[in-house]
Amino acid sequence: MSASIEALETTATVRPRARVTALSALGEPFQWLLAGALALGMTMIVGFLLLILWNGATALWPKPIHVVTLADGTRIAGEPTRSEEFRPGVERLQVLDEAMRRRIRADGGYAWRTLYRTGNFDFYNDDFRWVTDYEVGALEAPLDLYFVERLEWGPFVGRIAGVDAAGEKLAIGDSRAVAAHRDARRRWQTIREIEQGEIGHVNARIERERLALRRVALDETEASPAYAQAKAKADARIAELQGEYRRLAEEAQRLKAEDERYKATLAEIGGKEKTVRLSEIVRYYPANAVGWIDRLGIYLSRWGEFLVDAPREANTEGGVWPAIFGTFAMTLLMVIVVAPFGVVTALYLREYAKQGRMVAIVRISVNNLAGVPSIVYGVFGLGFFAYTFGATIDQLFYPERLPSPTFGTGGLLWSSLTLALLTVPVVIVATEEALAAVPRSMREGSLACGASKWQTIKYIVLPRALPGIMTGLILAMARGAGEVAPLMLVGVVKLAPELPIDGVFPYLHLERSFMHLGFHIYDVGFQSRNSEAGKPMVFVTTLLLIAMIAGMNAAAIVIRNRLKRRFAGSQF
Amino acid sequence: MTTAFVAEAAAIHPQIGPEGANVRINDFNLWYGQKQALFDIALDIQRGLVTALIGPSGCGKSTLIRCLNRMNDLIDGIRIEGSMTLDGADIYGAGVDVIALRKRMGMVFQKPNPFPMSIYENVVYPLRVDGVRDRATLDATAERALKGAALWEEAKDRLKESALGLSGGQQQRLCIARAIASDPEVLLMDEPCSALDPIATSRIEELIDGLKGHYTIVIVTHNMQQAARVSDNTAFMYLGRLIEYGQTEAIFTTPKLERTQSYITGRFG
Repeated sequence: MSASIEALETTATVRPRARVTALSALGEPFQWLLAGALALGMTMIVGFLLLILWNGATALWPKPIHVVTLADGTRIAGEPTRSEEFRPGVERLQVLDEAMRRRIRADGGYAWRTLYRTGNFDFYNDDFRWVTDYEVGALEAPLDLYFVERLEWGPFVGRIAGVDAAGEKLAIGDSRAVAAHRDARRRWQTIREIEQGEIGHVNARIERERLALRRVALDETEASPAYAQAKAKADARIAELQGEYRRLAEEAQRLKAEDERYKATLAEIGGKEKTVRLSEIVRYYPANAVGWIDRLGIYLSRWGEFLVDAPREANTEGGVWPAIFGTFAMTLLMVIVVAPFGVVTALYLREYAKQGRMVAIVRISVNNLAGVPSIVYGVFGLGFFAYTFGATIDQLFYPERLPSPTFGTGGLLWSSLTLALLTVPVVIVATEEALAAVPRSMREGSLACGASKWQTIKYIVLPRALPGIMTGLILAMARGAGEVAPLMLVGVVKLAPELPIDGVFPYLHLERSFMHLGFHIYDVGFQSRNSEAGKPMVFVTTLLLIAMIAGMNAAAIVIRNRLKRRFAGSQF
Repeated sequence: MTTAFVAEAAAIHPQIGPEGANVRINDFNLWYGQKQALFDIALDIQRGLVTALIGPSGCGKSTLIRCLNRMNDLIDGIRIEGSMTLDGADIYGAGVDVIALRKRMGMVFQKPNPFPMSIYENVVYPLRVDGVRDRATLDATAERALKGAALWEEAKDRLKESALGLSGGQQQRLCIARAIASDPEVLLMDEPCSALDPIATSRIEELIDGLKGHYTIVIVTHNMQQAARVSDNTAFMYLGRLIEYGQTEAIFTTPKLERTQSYITGRFG
């Protein structure tokens, strides 16, 4: 036994392994190249997702507040947002003392600076401030500093000097102050419901009466007896509704007067004071005194507000619910339009059309459509759907509303149709491939049973091709949901608090413009008064958009796999 | 050389006359584009008997059988001459209802091709496409067809299960059941056993034996023994021509032509 091993070892050593194959013939360098390219791509994707995930997930986490006393005695309070190294300019170095200059020189001319979110825009016209480390005199984290989120002017950072609850002076830590704040918020909510909900509803009904009357005037004439009759009726209804309006307005007025009696006095670190209504304060917490549990509570409550509330403060604060709803409704409507349209086109091209030059030209055109820049679709959508098609609809069905357009301008319907047009090539190509992949033996089996061509397609071909068609729809959905450029032209707006579906007849308002998460990112990140203030919002919204598209795709994939399993085990 | 055997072949057949013929093929020619695949085929297929088509690969057996129920209509660039008749009616005549024709001629293919549905739905598919909704009719048909295809005992408890869960041999018998569900006159079988193992093959052969008399069966096969076992008449084809046609026993024991003899004994093909 050992002898044989020895013999093996000797043969292994005596036979030197000559290199007989050239490196280029092995193919391994190419394999490394491919693997390297894949690794690079994966790293970029994973890195991008991690960046979004980390920044998005931490953006709403409550941070501590630091008070910085500068060398000149100024005191600044704020959340430290981020720190970075920078190279101070010559003129800034000149004013420093010698020891500090030496230190900076020792660091190769670099110094550190930190961005503080100071809030208090109403006092200083600034939300953020850079503090360089050579300016810092002292750094402390006092426990009585509050971070106050307000309806207006962005956050406030400082002390809450006191609460005035209808003449009663309370300290902020008092449980009655907490109750007063909760009641004030509830009252504010009621006022908003009356003003936006009920008064809005009454206004909509008055408008409808007015339009109905105008309709009669257009159909008949203003001199006709029918018009006089309708006018008398409408006037009575409008008078009645106006009475209701007055009643609601009075109610709102009463609540507002009540609201005025609850106030809080805010004192910022520089000594300035301001009194605000208690209802204006969305959320407040002593940033350095809250524990982990409370922080988590604040974090979750911020997410809740983000997901279900309407935006405020030029979209940089509040929630994105209208944008979530708009994105979802638009994508869904797009899929509903694009699915039958694409599938029917592909069916005709693959199953019925005589394969020849004409079909080849159509195919090439369809493939080229997929490469047209999306903004071109936006221009087309606006010109054709809104200004031509929509304007005709307005003239035929909504003449009483002219000159203000109903369908003759951008809206949810036109956006969905534009995106459907944009994504239809994807669906056509995928469906054609799925149809071609249905085995010939299946079709022949069906035809041999005496099924007609359409029956064969309906019972055999389409069910078999369904998973492939679903794949095409998933791709189309992913592309459509993330598209922004064409939507800016055909219906997406910065702020549309009215959702496309609500309780006002006819409930589904396809003509309304809407908000979209993709556009929201652009708007908050690049169009707001302070892009630094919008940055956390950009990350959170991006995270949400990615999560939403991933969620919709996952749902579609689950459906597809369920379909696939039904046809699994098929041998041919 | 080609002309020689054509002359030979012309002299021999048809030995089986038109009496009792269910399907008659008269001087049938077929071209795929420029290439001719069938040359002057003349063949009378007897009612209620099993007719085997044998010959080397590419000799046109499958093309011929697929012409009978016009499956070749699906292929672009096909041109035909001559005629085929089913009970005297022209298969390629103007105004022929191809769907009705295919219902009269069931077909079983080389590979089992059950649909991705339940066993039951597979069998009643020909009735479904006819719009039959009556439960009792469907049930009776499913039972009759599955019994006819000798699959009833194995399948009666799992009718609602997917047909794709059956074994290859069972799938092929299911396809036969599906082909006879619409009660055709003619059953066309294009190498029905080529994808099956020997045991499944022998079951199919038994089944063909049992179906004989109820249906006119045309079977394409590569397997000499199979042709000898199951068929009453055998047609030997070569290079798109019908070489010899006669009773199976005669073809296999005393073929009239040298070429047939060579093929049957395995010297070529």
